[in-house]
Amino acid sequence: MKPAAPAMAEDTPLSRPLGSGAAIGLLLVSACAALALFAPLVVTCPPGRLDLAIAWLGPTAGHPWGTGDNGVDVLSQVAYGARVSLGIGLAAVLVSGTFGTIAGAASGYAGGLWDALAMRVIDVLLAFPGLLLAIFLTAVLGPSIPGLVLALCSTAWVGYARLARAQVLALREQGFVLAARALGAGPSRIVVRHLLPNLLGPILVQATFGLPAAILAEASLSFLGLGVPPGTPSWGALVDQGMAHLVDAPHVALIPGAAIALTVLGFNFLGDALRDRLDPRG
Amino acid sequence: MRSDRPAKGETRDGAPRVAAPSRDPLLGVNRVLRKLGGAALSALGATLLISVFLNLVPGDPVEVMLGDRAQAVDVAALRHQMWLDRPLPEQVWFFLRDFADGQLHSSLPPFQERILPRLAEVAPRTLWLAAASLAVAVAVSLPLGVLSALAAGGAVDRMAMGLAVLGISVPSFLAGHVLILLFGIHLGWLPIAGDDARASIVLPALTLGLGLSALLSRITRAAMLDVLREDHVLAARARGLSETRVVLRHALRNALLPILTVLGLQAGGVLTGAVVVEKVFNWPGLGTWLITSIEKRDYNAVRAAVLVFTLTYLAVNLLTDLAYAAADPRVRRPGGSA
Repeated sequence: MKPAAPAMAEDTPLSRPLGSGAAIGLLLVSACAALALFAPLVVTCPPGRLDLAIAWLGPTAGHPWGTGDNGVDVLSQVAYGARVSLGIGLAAVLVSGTFGTIAGAASGYAGGLWDALAMRVIDVLLAFPGLLLAIFLTAVLGPSIPGLVLALCSTAWVGYARLARAQVLALREQGFVLAARALGAGPSRIVVRHLLPNLLGPILVQATFGLPAAILAEASLSFLGLGVPPGTPSWGALVDQGMAHLVDAPHVALIPGAAIALTVLGFNFLGDALRDRLDPRG
Repeated sequence: MRSDRPAKGETRDGAPRVAAPSRDPLLGVNRVLRKLGGAALSALGATLLISVFLNLVPGDPVEVMLGDRAQAVDVAALRHQMWLDRPLPEQVWFFLRDFADGQLHSSLPPFQERILPRLAEVAPRTLWLAAASLAVAVAVSLPLGVLSALAAGGAVDRMAMGLAVLGISVPSFLAGHVLILLFGIHLGWLPIAGDDARASIVLPALTLGLGLSALLSRITRAAMLDVLREDHVLAARARGLSETRVVLRHALRNALLPILTVLGLQAGGVLTGAVVVEKVFNWPGLGTWLITSIEKRDYNAVRAAVLVFTLTYLAVNLLTDLAYAAADPRVRRPGGSA
């Protein structure tokens, strides 16, 4: 398979009309982002306010999505939870994407011993079920948001590294790299100025799928009680809290659960559409 | 993964999607041995990694247990009992030695509970859950994927693939809760927690299996689409074989290879997914045990649980490799063609 041309060809893929999947995806993702951004405007009562008299109730005038443990407002919990879940997901994707891309590109460009060593590390990490490693890291690091992001990144970077490495291996033999080298550009300049810009398309696609994966993983960890610190309204933690009253107040667990599902669905749709446009490998 | 296959010859059909293995049976044995060696190294690496991490846990577990007014002698004695006064490699060695001869004890006082019987009790439940989920996944995704591929672009295909995207996006704990509410509480058909009745397995297996089948039906569809374009399928049709026979014998059998590969790769996902699903259904398996052991800081139990998880994962990968060979007639009968 021939690698991508150095400059993205300005042809059909970008001028194709957006499919219905992309539209649904965009809608869901923007709804979720709006919920996170405008959380203070959406909610009718502060997320932490307790009122024991109205615990585990269905929708009422003051609490449109009902109340949960100790009478906290479900809507405000979910709205502020969007900040936590999206924020952790974005941070995990940024950190793992940056680290993975640079590591993979450098390893692929350098080749030789470094490359062989990096591939060993990647193989070992791949031989270990991802969430299991994250379970351990969070258990070890204790419940904290930076620890959680680190745990999510511990295996996620591998995907970016493999992708970047494969692309660099194909790109570095191309004429424009040779020309840059002939003009006296050093390895770091070649990687940063000439190779990385060509990687961005596939990496962006990978990141669009990486974000929902990170949100799901964070939700799973928080659901297991190994994620965010107690009291932080992450969606996974909210589902965990709601589980105790699944029978008499199912909405308390199901609403944050649905928020996770819809957000992840939106990003998956968006990723599919983006892949059709940006990924030259089709 | 394929680079370690020795030879690329022997394919006469001109379209070798799978690198053909050499005729030398010893090379196959060698490959298995090498994989076994790699698996053993990975297991050792995992144990070492876990031990390093456990030693990084903030807060001394002994202090947590005894409080800060404890006598120095008692602290030292407890540390000794928990191997905490030993260097890390020695801790790992002690652990592996005791694990191997079945003498491993809980690292929580009174240090009497033996790990192995506990493991023998919880691990089969998780394996049973994983196997039942795989059965659900295959039973759902094979027909769905095949039907989608046959009617690619049609209504059935679009609905099935829409369901598949939904299945990938819905977290297992949400799906589990919905199933509990529907079948356990509203309809009252099935038990919703624990492992007391024979039917207890149904809901957890459905939860885990349906999530897996979303990905698997996409793979099945793609693999079938690839195979259906091939000349041998055209030839089978030209010979006047019935559509069922063409699809099942000539297309599906060839599509099984990529499906098997993905199933093997998903083994880790099934095992870690089991941890979450076990919590939803209060299923007393390895995952529940792992999480409670982490909470109790029972180092040996945590190490043992991870080791078993890792070993299972590696064993499944090895089995996938063998199944891969078994599904490919070119491996079973060297030199023969499909």
